[in-house]
Amino acid sequence: MSLDKPYLDVPGTTIFDAEQSRKGYWLNQFCMSLMKHENRERFKANERAYLDEWPMTEAQKEAALARNLNWCISLGGNIYFLAKLGATHGKSFQQMAGSMTGMTEEEYRNMMIAGGRSVEGNRVVGEDGNAQKHRQPQGTSTAQGRL
Amino acid sequence: MAKITASVFTSHVPAIGAALDLGKTTEPYWQPLFAGYDYSKQWMKDNKPDVIFLVYNDHATAFSLEMIPTFAIGCADSYTPADEGWGPRPVPVVRGHPDLASHIAQSVIQDDFDLTIVNKMDVDHGLTVPLSLMCGQPSVWPCPVIPFAVNVVQYPVPSGRRCYNLGRAIRKAVETYDEPLNVHIWGTGGMSHQLQGPRAGLINREWDNAFLDRLIADPDGLASVPHIDYVREAGSEGIELVMWLIARGAMSDKAPTVKHRFYHVPASNTAVGHLILENN
Repeated sequence: MSLDKPYLDVPGTTIFDAEQSRKGYWLNQFCMSLMKHENRERFKANERAYLDEWPMTEAQKEAALARNLNWCISLGGNIYFLAKLGATHGKSFQQMAGSMTGMTEEEYRNMMIAGGRSVEGNRVVGEDGNAQKHRQPQGTSTAQGRL
Repeated sequence: MAKITASVFTSHVPAIGAALDLGKTTEPYWQPLFAGYDYSKQWMKDNKPDVIFLVYNDHATAFSLEMIPTFAIGCADSYTPADEGWGPRPVPVVRGHPDLASHIAQSVIQDDFDLTIVNKMDVDHGLTVPLSLMCGQPSVWPCPVIPFAVNVVQYPVPSGRRCYNLGRAIRKAVETYDEPLNVHIWGTGGMSHQLQGPRAGLINREWDNAFLDRLIADPDGLASVPHIDYVREAGSEGIELVMWLIARGAMSDKAPTVKHRFYHVPASNTAVGHLILENN
């Protein structure tokens, strides 16, 4: 019998459940290592070499090198772990969150100042809100998801 | 006997800590937010507790994927502010209250809540930002703090009902402690926010304010709201709000006095909510 996962039909959202956690174990543990200053310096000096010390999948390493948080999350990453990667690159939580929307930093910041993203049309997959798959990317960022 | 006299509810957005630490509180972006806590800082001075029981969540700081306890109670003498990747916040070390913490652990575990007892951990913005908002920037925090960490990072997280009932067990535990301590219980995190994916930036002002209304007047009914409602309506990280039910459950069954209520959008990605309730 399958488990009840009522959160799979929320658009633009990946819930970090036990399955995702299992998938992302080494990716997230790599991120945890960046809580130490000396590790952040070593990573920045040679990102690929540092990543190769971890038993991550090749895709996980490429996603980390690409600084693409949506890609990392699809491979089991969790935002609170990935925040250590973002912090290592000097980014704030707002810059990290914005990078996943296709908006420029300014567009995302302005959306938040204007009251944030509306829930209307964004509750269930298949509606027409701006977080739905057919409405991506949302802004004029040319970074293609790179933080 | 020890007694819980008040509860405080507040968001714990990391950018708020950064704004304080970098001296940005009077900037136009931040000024309205910090103004919402002016009353609270005075209230803290006028109603100084002996101990704060602080419910928060660890954000992949003390607990990596090696192990994540659902409920963890800090029984240590002290807790160091963590380096979350940007360097540690320049805030005082947090003093604990090992005697009361151990007493609560003993009582609550015997009431069938399986707490993990933690004797060594660093504390992140989830714990230090609420202290900064309520106490400002002192050289030492005004009283000891018992950190109580709840897993809201890795699903499944505890239900609102379980959190509310846990609060009741904490109330009972405090009331059986012999020393006459004045205890405040704080519930932190939220309100609506989502930090991930194309739906990042979600804010739901209407849902948040209904949550505040019900937290005050109908906490038992609010405890029945399922996780999926939080996720759909308040964003994937809005689930942090279940922790507010622990603090609310620890309050008396009589209606509380609302001393302060504040709501502001945005702080970075997040809607900020804040309540001070006093027991009657």
